[in-house]
Amino acid sequence: MQRTKPISGELLKIRDEVLQYALDYGLDFYPVVFEMCDYDTINILASQGGFPARYPHWRFGMDYDSMSKNYRFGMMRIYEMVINNDPVYAYLLNVNKTVDQKTVMAHVYGHADFFKNNAYFSGTDRNMIDVMANHGTKVRRFMDRYGQDKVEEFIDVVLSFENLLDVNQLFQLSPIKTKVDLTSMKDDIEDGASSSLKTFMRSKQRTEKAGKKTKLKKDVRVFEINNLELPTSDIMKFLAENAPIEDWQSDIISILREEAYYFLPQRMTKIINEGWASYWHSTIMTQNALNASEIVDFADHHAGVMAMSKQNINPYKIGIELLRDIEFRWNTGRFGKEYNECDDLHTKENWDKKLGLGREKIFEVRRSHNDLTFIDEFFTQEFCQRQQLFTYDFNPQSQRNEISERSFLEIKDKLLNQLTNFGNPVINVVSANYNNRGEMLMQHTHYGVDLDMGKAAETMHNIFLVWKRPVNLETIVEGKKSIYHFDGKELKVATEA
Amino acid sequence: MDHPIKRDHARFKKIVKGKIRANLRRFVSQGEMPIPKGDGTFKIPMPSIETPRFRFGSEEQGGVGQGDGEPGDPVDGEPGEGEPGEGEVGEGEGKKSLEVDVSLDELASILGEELELPNIEPKGKKTMESVTERYTSIGSTGPDSLRHFKRTYREALKRQVSVGTYDPENPIIIPVRRDFRYRSANSKVEYENSAVVIYMMDVSGSMGDEQKEIVRTESFWINLWLKSQYKDIEVRYIIHDATAKEVDEKTFFSTRESGGTLISSAFKVCQDIIEKDYNPEEWNIYPFHFSDGDNWSADDTKMCLDLLDNVLLPASNMFCYGQVESRYGSGQFYKDLSEKYGESSDEIILSKIKDKDAIMDSIKDFLGKGN
Repeated sequence: MQRTKPISGELLKIRDEVLQYALDYGLDFYPVVFEMCDYDTINILASQGGFPARYPHWRFGMDYDSMSKNYRFGMMRIYEMVINNDPVYAYLLNVNKTVDQKTVMAHVYGHADFFKNNAYFSGTDRNMIDVMANHGTKVRRFMDRYGQDKVEEFIDVVLSFENLLDVNQLFQLSPIKTKVDLTSMKDDIEDGASSSLKTFMRSKQRTEKAGKKTKLKKDVRVFEINNLELPTSDIMKFLAENAPIEDWQSDIISILREEAYYFLPQRMTKIINEGWASYWHSTIMTQNALNASEIVDFADHHAGVMAMSKQNINPYKIGIELLRDIEFRWNTGRFGKEYNECDDLHTKENWDKKLGLGREKIFEVRRSHNDLTFIDEFFTQEFCQRQQLFTYDFNPQSQRNEISERSFLEIKDKLLNQLTNFGNPVINVVSANYNNRGEMLMQHTHYGVDLDMGKAAETMHNIFLVWKRPVNLETIVEGKKSIYHFDGKELKVATEA
Repeated sequence: MDHPIKRDHARFKKIVKGKIRANLRRFVSQGEMPIPKGDGTFKIPMPSIETPRFRFGSEEQGGVGQGDGEPGDPVDGEPGEGEPGEGEVGEGEGKKSLEVDVSLDELASILGEELELPNIEPKGKKTMESVTERYTSIGSTGPDSLRHFKRTYREALKRQVSVGTYDPENPIIIPVRRDFRYRSANSKVEYENSAVVIYMMDVSGSMGDEQKEIVRTESFWINLWLKSQYKDIEVRYIIHDATAKEVDEKTFFSTRESGGTLISSAFKVCQDIIEKDYNPEEWNIYPFHFSDGDNWSADDTKMCLDLLDNVLLPASNMFCYGQVESRYGSGQFYKDLSEKYGESSDEIILSKIKDKDAIMDSIKDFLGKGN
């Protein structure tokens, strides 16, 4: 049964119209394919990260379960889903109104432009739909051979360190060297091959060369471990290459790592990406595409998407507002030394050099920024006040989160902290031979917030299952430097006085 | 073929079921009851299914919000405050503690499998009328919310074609009042086996909070099982010390009475209820009695045995007596009953509940016979 079908009729006309507006504004994207589907299908796709085919894993079923329930109780509705691929795939929900479909199309062209042009996406595989499907086939084959439970349990373990990535790898994802490669064999696969082909070829190559694996002596491993390039924060790669695991396990890590790096740019550009797409749906709709009869519905839904929240910043809202602010500042020339050093409030208030550089500037911003740099460079005091931002902290007395202050520097600081390393703790492997006993030592770079040590202990347990030697974690807990040591049975802590 | 996600979904369900099963004893003995949600499902906290990751301790982390308010104002807004309208693709992190929804039937089947409970063979005729409404037919009146768009359209089209106002070049159909069609219900009467559970509990001074908690937990699981076996089930509650009265569920579990204990008083109230409302020919009757085994006098015990023999046992599918151990109770009543009926009688089932850990075994004692 075909679950999605291409759009037709009236919607095709609308698509052509919106597409023309998008092109006229200078948006630049790979071809976009719109598909229509029902809510069950969109739930399936959403629970699989947007992709029609993934490897089998229960957590997709879990997400599907909660999404179906949320939909049924009317708590959530997915308006759009778009996949960074060439061509870009976007899914429309068949029960949405025409005006919603129109808005979604405009929004999708925004995302599509961002995917193609933003620097952090430059290294992403544009054939990801095929790659994901291949991963599915591969994992299913492993399951046939080694048993579903065994493979799925290993995936559970790997997901535990799926977030331990190196952002710098985004631009050139270095392939995982197999153990066969490590015994001085070169990867002789042509560089031109797509990565899906490469993983396939590599697994072939591995079976051919499997005979040589026996050469991997213990002393070789010790030698290698002492000569690793450490520290590294690409812990997935580190474990895939160096842990004493079977080839299929190493393959699983490499599959999950490839997918994690594919999703990483989206996690790093949530604000600017959604802001950009919202900016364009808003611009295209209000300036070109809206009919008089659609204005109220559009305004209602747009406002819903832009709603402010006290617990979190809404990336759509902050993103679109910040882009508009930049456009305004570069249109009026409110930037640079002269403007910053002007201390006459009246002049500043009415500053307008009529430069008209705004549009050009935001196109430039969408090319070179991620959320962290976007906020760091353009988040100004005026903007902060206008957006009514505040910081909040947990008050142990009332057991609630309470507004703490509205100071610009505090807010910016906290925002940047949240965005650093895509919101994850910075953790490096610093030694693979800690205490000269083949133990793994990880170091958490502490930026003021402690780790959740309960979860950390469980995570260390999972890493131990892969590394098979004791695992250590150096971090700071309540102001004191501590080293946690997990030896497969119990967790010990050594705290520096 | 179904989408492969259905397999992932089935797998997830299996994992959840396995986790609940593995933890069932803990759930039961710690009194961690699943939270009923009103729509027939239960919410069960399941943190163990979450993938552990290195992440920041969430409580102290704080955050940035947007909106008005003074320093000191709480940000955990009122319930119902919406998240932004657009859903994000499944890359969410740092979700709150994971909970899963399980239906009553699923939960009961887990309990049944874990305790190897047999299905109950109901006695009596199927007399309980239950009416199910199915919206399978079409009517010409009804509320707007049930309007059948396609049928309405068809009627309007028919009318317009027949009176000649239909123009194929400009096919605009305008329905008028008499074109409207609505979904309407067909009632179907089904006959079910009917069942009633009557809980009796001793609330004399010797039954402390812990003992009551045991009764509460045990009755929850017993109800759950019986509900999965009978479509409609009624539950009645009786408390007693030296006198007995019928109460509602809340009172049953919260009352603290004191004074002497005359078990026969409760049996009499139970008898009244059965005689008044539940014809044993038509009803499956399950009386449960919980006490710490103390009775005021041997005479009263004798009266109880008479009542059991002449009234309660003949009327019931089975009569269950659960003796909760307490520091003050003598446990005499259990001895009296077991002397008369034996430890493993089919019509009167005896169970000693030493502490919370024994609840599961006691449930098995009661329900393991399939009466």
